[in-house]
Amino acid sequence: MPKLSDLKKGEKGKIVDVSSQEIPMKLLEMGCLPGNSVRLIQQAPFQGPIYLEVNGSYVAIRKETAKLIEIELSK
Amino acid sequence: MSKQIKVALIGNPNTGKTSIFNSLTGLNQKIANYPGVTVEKKEGVCRLSRGTKAHIFDLPGTYSLNASSMDENLVVELLLNKNHKDFPDLAIIVSDVENLKRNLILFTQVKDLEIPTVLAINMSDRMKYKGIELNIEKLEKELDTKIILTTNRSKEWVGDIKNLIENYKELSSKIFLDTSIIEPEYFNNLKKIFPNQKLYKLWVVICQDVNFSNVSRQEIENTDFEIKSKSQLKRLQQKETIKRYQLINNILNEGQIIDSSKAQGFRAKIDKILTHKIFGYLIFLMVLMAIFQSIYEWASVPMDLIDSSFASLADWVKINFPSGAMTNLLADGIITGVGGIVIFIPQIAFLFMFISILEESGYMSRVVFLTDKTMQKFGLSGKSVVPLISGVACAIPAIMATRNIESWKERLITILVTPFMTCAARLPVYLIIIALVIPDEKIFGLNYQAIALMSLYIIGFVTALLSSLVLTKILKIKKRSIFVMEMPNYKFPRIKDVFYTVFEKSKSFVVEAGKIILAISVILWVLATNGIGDKFENPRNYITENVQEISQEEIQTLEASIKLESSFIGYIGKGIEPLFKPLGYDWKIGIGIITSFAAREVFVGTLAVIYNIDNYDDSVGKKEEIKKIMARETDSNGNKIFTLASGISLLLFYAFAMQCMSTLAIVKKETNSWKWPILQFIIMTALAYFISLISFQILS
Ligand SMILES: Nc1nc2c(ncn2[C@@H]2O[C@H](COP(=O)(O)OP(=O)(O)O)[C@@H](O)[C@H]2O)c(=O)[nH]1
Ligand SMILES: [Mg+2]
Repeated sequence: MPKLSDLKKGEKGKIVDVSSQEIPMKLLEMGCLPGNSVRLIQQAPFQGPIYLEVNGSYVAIRKETAKLIEIELSK
Repeated sequence: MSKQIKVALIGNPNTGKTSIFNSLTGLNQKIANYPGVTVEKKEGVCRLSRGTKAHIFDLPGTYSLNASSMDENLVVELLLNKNHKDFPDLAIIVSDVENLKRNLILFTQVKDLEIPTVLAINMSDRMKYKGIELNIEKLEKELDTKIILTTNRSKEWVGDIKNLIENYKELSSKIFLDTSIIEPEYFNNLKKIFPNQKLYKLWVVICQDVNFSNVSRQEIENTDFEIKSKSQLKRLQQKETIKRYQLINNILNEGQIIDSSKAQGFRAKIDKILTHKIFGYLIFLMVLMAIFQSIYEWASVPMDLIDSSFASLADWVKINFPSGAMTNLLADGIITGVGGIVIFIPQIAFLFMFISILEESGYMSRVVFLTDKTMQKFGLSGKSVVPLISGVACAIPAIMATRNIESWKERLITILVTPFMTCAARLPVYLIIIALVIPDEKIFGLNYQAIALMSLYIIGFVTALLSSLVLTKILKIKKRSIFVMEMPNYKFPRIKDVFYTVFEKSKSFVVEAGKIILAISVILWVLATNGIGDKFENPRNYITENVQEISQEEIQTLEASIKLESSFIGYIGKGIEPLFKPLGYDWKIGIGIITSFAAREVFVGTLAVIYNIDNYDDSVGKKEEIKKIMARETDSNGNKIFTLASGISLLLFYAFAMQCMSTLAIVKKETNSWKWPILQFIIMTALAYFISLISFQILS
């Protein structure tokens, strides 16, 4: 299953699973929940944080967190 | 006195709570003890009709009632504690019209605490541009609340909100979501054990990591109630969030129309440049340089003006007041001391202005995004950039601004290293010492004095980074790599809002520093003009020079200095002199350093008091600049006190030493333990001593 961290700049996906313990509650409250679509806007250099649009919110998270979120790639 | 209504402004970060607060209260704001981006509760008064007053509280932004950082805690704590003196009679939930869906999550949670609510949908000026239409009547009915469309571009709505506040008793306080439907079995059980408590409130308490006064977690854990593991709780919280989103989506589907063909472009275009992997960093560097440049260029005009006004004020006092020690205290101690602070207002105001513009425009988040990875290498978070930059103004608000850093280890390290940044209070000391010991000459078109000052800033920043590196290695705290940051829309900051911030911060800087300076000047003066013993009573008998051969004026000067050395402050100073001698300081500088532990900016005022008593000089209308007196100072062998060696040693001492009680107090408060401020104090001061010692021994 692809992870949120696999998205490339400009690509979209749909969130499938966020059940990992390590995912901060705040991210879920911003709408990062199963079923919602997500788009990668920018990737900071050297594997830095990623900048996403999800559920109408714009949010930056670290790669480590993105690796825990399962998605489905959409075209 | 009539009833005072308490109103809490609550909402996601950046939705315009502070703007609404400003519109409602104007300059009637009770200034918080410490300035800062709203990390503390701020209180202001709003006058309603018939003499009723509303106390408005501006609170830090939060996404939900599940507090995950310190600043969010403050909000949750207030809303859960009915006995809190500021517990609100009603809450105004401020939401951003562009992201109602997410904003309403918090709204429904506050509603479930059974607090009467008003929903302020802010940024309504952007609706047309974004193609958003709202059916207010429908939304009011479905959400069971009163809705006001607000904007900081006009004031038409203010009357409506005042009306609602005044009649807050008519607002609905019915819950939005029946908590038990999240998981009936668990919640019905909970209800049985605590029949008298509100169910949602219990649930919020259970989910927090902190204790709240009236229903403590222990109390809950002590019953035979089934305790859920962290992961089970989290699953329930997730369920709650999903449930709320479902209900909100249903409501918005009917009450909101968004024409998605409308503008998205502006944000994307700017982001493309500002978060670009090369231009992003270049622009950030340019912004920083522009800030420093303008602080020193622009601020010099008002600074010169202030300098000369205080000098004339001191002269005026000396001419028009009966001459004597008391007048000298007023003119040379207090006026010069306070002037030494007031002169920095322009720079501080500029600095706060830039920081507030960077914050409000949304740019700061992009900097955090760009620097996170690099900062992590030093054990910090991208979010540490904000405290480090504001640390250049003052460490106190900077340390408070660490509250949104989620990882405790990253936050602690940020708190510990921020005081190394060159704060505004160091400037008075730096500038006067640099003017004394560094030549005012140029090399390759660069002024030596400017280079010296720049180097001190760089030393501060580099030390902050290096100590973080060391701290990450030695602190045995498990690090969780949490980092969630909203990237807000770009906004043009409003001049008025920026002005409020600048005004408030500058005012509290002067008031706080002024109080300390006043107190210390008086104490020093009393200690310096009193003493016991024959040497103090009859200094003339102790003059070693032949009295016949020297002028009357010289005799008086000698007398004054013998008298000062045998005053109380002289004894104290002589007592500590051995400690400071190896660093190149005489006992007077020693006293200056000791008083600086109250606050660094006191240094200049302290020297002014001591030197002016020493330089017995009641020639009126000829106030000597403190700088000139300092340049003349010599030790008993006639060697100058302020040389390159002692000057640099002193500069380095101020760069590293932890000389600020208020900072230590805030570190104690923010870390909730004495351990960290004490360690910070010892280590920084020892480092300062050691480095100054080495530099003096090498240079002299
Ligand atoms: N266009 C627009 N911008 C606003 C409005 N209200 C606030 N802002 C801007 O939004 C940003 C955040 O506002 P602020 O009051 O600091 O929000 P807070 O974080 O909730 O206190 C600032 O740049 C404000 O100038 C509004 O009604 N319309
Ligand atoms: Mg605010």
